[in-house]
Amino acid sequence: MATVVPPPSKRRKLQDVLRATTQHVPEDIPTGSVRIRFIDRSTNQPIGPAVAVPLQQSSIKNLDLLANSLQNLTDPADRLPHRFFYSQTLPDGTQRELALSDNTDIYTTLIKTGLVNTEDELVLAISPQAVFRVKPVARCSSAISGHAQPILTAQFSPANGSQLCTGSGDNTARIWDCDTGTPLHTLKGHTGWVLCIAYAPDNTIIATGSHDSTLRLWEAKTGKPLGGPLKGHTKFIRSLSWEPYHLELPGRPRIASSSKDSTVRVWDVVGRKTDFVLSGHKASVACVKWGGTGLLYTASQDRTIKIWDSKDGRLIHSLETHAHWVNHLALSTDFVLRTGFHDHTSAVPKTVEDKRKVAKERFTKAATVNKKLVESLASASDDNVIYLWDPLGATPTKPVARMLGHQKPINHVTFSPDGMYIASSGFDNHVKLWNARDGKFMLTLRGHVAPVYQSVFSPDSRLLVSGSKDTTLKCWDVASGKLHTDLPGHQDEVYAVDWSPDGEKVGSGGKDKAVRLWRH
Amino acid sequence: MPQNEYMERHAKLHGKRLDHDERKRKRIAREAHNSSKHAQNYRGLRAKLYAESRRKEKIQMKKKIKAHEERNVKSTAPSEPSTVPQPEYLLDRSNATSAKALSSQIKQKRQEKAAKFSVPLPKVRGIAEEEVFKVLKTGQKTKKKAWKRMVTKPTFVGPDFTRRPVKYERFIRPMGLRYKKANVTHKELGVTVQLPIISVKKNPQNPLYTQLGVLTRGTVIEVNVSELGLVTTGGKVVWGRWAQVTNNPENDGTVNAVLLI
Repeated sequence: MATVVPPPSKRRKLQDVLRATTQHVPEDIPTGSVRIRFIDRSTNQPIGPAVAVPLQQSSIKNLDLLANSLQNLTDPADRLPHRFFYSQTLPDGTQRELALSDNTDIYTTLIKTGLVNTEDELVLAISPQAVFRVKPVARCSSAISGHAQPILTAQFSPANGSQLCTGSGDNTARIWDCDTGTPLHTLKGHTGWVLCIAYAPDNTIIATGSHDSTLRLWEAKTGKPLGGPLKGHTKFIRSLSWEPYHLELPGRPRIASSSKDSTVRVWDVVGRKTDFVLSGHKASVACVKWGGTGLLYTASQDRTIKIWDSKDGRLIHSLETHAHWVNHLALSTDFVLRTGFHDHTSAVPKTVEDKRKVAKERFTKAATVNKKLVESLASASDDNVIYLWDPLGATPTKPVARMLGHQKPINHVTFSPDGMYIASSGFDNHVKLWNARDGKFMLTLRGHVAPVYQSVFSPDSRLLVSGSKDTTLKCWDVASGKLHTDLPGHQDEVYAVDWSPDGEKVGSGGKDKAVRLWRH
Repeated sequence: MPQNEYMERHAKLHGKRLDHDERKRKRIAREAHNSSKHAQNYRGLRAKLYAESRRKEKIQMKKKIKAHEERNVKSTAPSEPSTVPQPEYLLDRSNATSAKALSSQIKQKRQEKAAKFSVPLPKVRGIAEEEVFKVLKTGQKTKKKAWKRMVTKPTFVGPDFTRRPVKYERFIRPMGLRYKKANVTHKELGVTVQLPIISVKKNPQNPLYTQLGVLTRGTVIEVNVSELGLVTTGGKVVWGRWAQVTNNPENDGTVNAVLLI
């Protein structure tokens, strides 16, 4: 005999009746219009004249069309998706930027909430978004074991998401085939933990730096060693950075390595010798970045950031504003420099000249703001502060912005590929999002229950993945600051996380020794 | 001043005997003779216990000697800062990772199926009900047959416990024998932390004792480990974890326990 569901209670019945009898009217947007002026978010330049928009037509999708036509992008193939920001003045005089999400309209978000009235002119900042869209990662597609010790670093090949290289505490690096989830090659040779990995931007060479204070080079395709170790450092190597593809002399790529022995060495990869040694720091050099205009940026535990000329190793500037160790640096052009001539279409130019041209074009396009070459630098420090610098601007030694908010040391900082946001991850369990133009605070991404070690943006800058000591990765929606997906699965701390340049996959590794690949 | 430092206090107040150091030196000098005497003359259980403790001492001694020898050898290879590999951004930080190590060890141990149900103290001495409960005659003279029982062992009483009306109260758990915290040790790490008790999970003596929250040797309790910062694979903070009581709390006045892994 089946169990009969008990009849609904009287209250429930009355509620149902009430619901059935009352008529629900969709929310009425009054007639009327609002004058909207668009400005470019990165330059503050007005875009076209102010336009009167009827409130009933003021959905964000319509505004997007309008913004496109104001920029003379009328052909549907040329149209760019935009994001709209409203800058609100708080009672204490500070400005706060509100991002308008895609499926709302001006009336419900701004006018009905009393932020704006229809009498005033509404100023909306717009910023173009990537024309492609990365699907959010949602599941662990494979967990590959192979390493015998924790995985300390991971990087995808710049060409696509089918190769991932990881360095581990078992003194090897491994290359994984991410399409099938199988190991491809084991790079044996180091006698200490492999601490850092860098793919050359043309995807031919992998460089690994190790705790045995040597650097090794490997063929990216076959995993064969290119000669023996590059010796010179006296302590372990902390970070590596390749010379940008459009700057390197053809056939003579160079790489910079920073070490705990407080020096940075620039190596000639083909000649296999040190080009020059940058020895101005007084303590362990935590991070080195090679900028797209031929500058080398180094951050050290002696509280300084130094800017060097990459031609001859001359010290140009020393930035001494931080009060404690500087842990990490990020450039607004990091993504294009890392990927060189590889773009989202995965079409590779044929000749070397074409490759250099494409790489140069991509760099200039990413770095040009307001017809000027701008390469901003963000530095994360143990003094809980991030500084934003403009090394190519008028006052390179003065920070553009001082970004306060973290309550514990900041471990990692990264720019979004479109250069619009900065994400910082700290030991206070939070990831914070900042406006990369002026360093204004935007959002805090709360959810991790232990220090966040690293975070990485998707190539279209719409998503962010952060890896934490609490064994999870979390995928965040940058627009709303909400948690998109929680990605549990690791058995232990997540030390390294990377998003493939084609946006297909996220790779992560940590203390549980297994490489995990995440995809849509 | 802690209660147990009465000898130090006396020495501070009155000074030491004039021959204090001499006597101490002699005592230490004779230690080898004493231990030899014990080793030769002890019989039975005492001999077993002595031999066991001596064996452990010797292991420690050998380890120490070896460590000293290793220290004297000069090696050219860079010494790795710890045995556990760490990414470069954590290498110069002296984060106490004890809690973390604790959780990962627990996880590794779990994977061995046999270890799942083993506890550090598999067998305990049985305790009779007469020993645990003391009969209290209460109430009017006419009610000769009514009595209550008082628990004579330490107990854990939850924070939300309210007494029943006196008439219906059958067990009395004295306030003086109630414990809220336990000193929980992690064996492999050798860390001991004082943690709040959440509940008594199992008293091996008697299901009734489990209900009453009696803490005897071998009792499995749940302790609050949230301040250690352990996390599950799902990223949630671990709150309670089980531990087994290793001492006789009624004799010692404290609850000592080992974390179950």
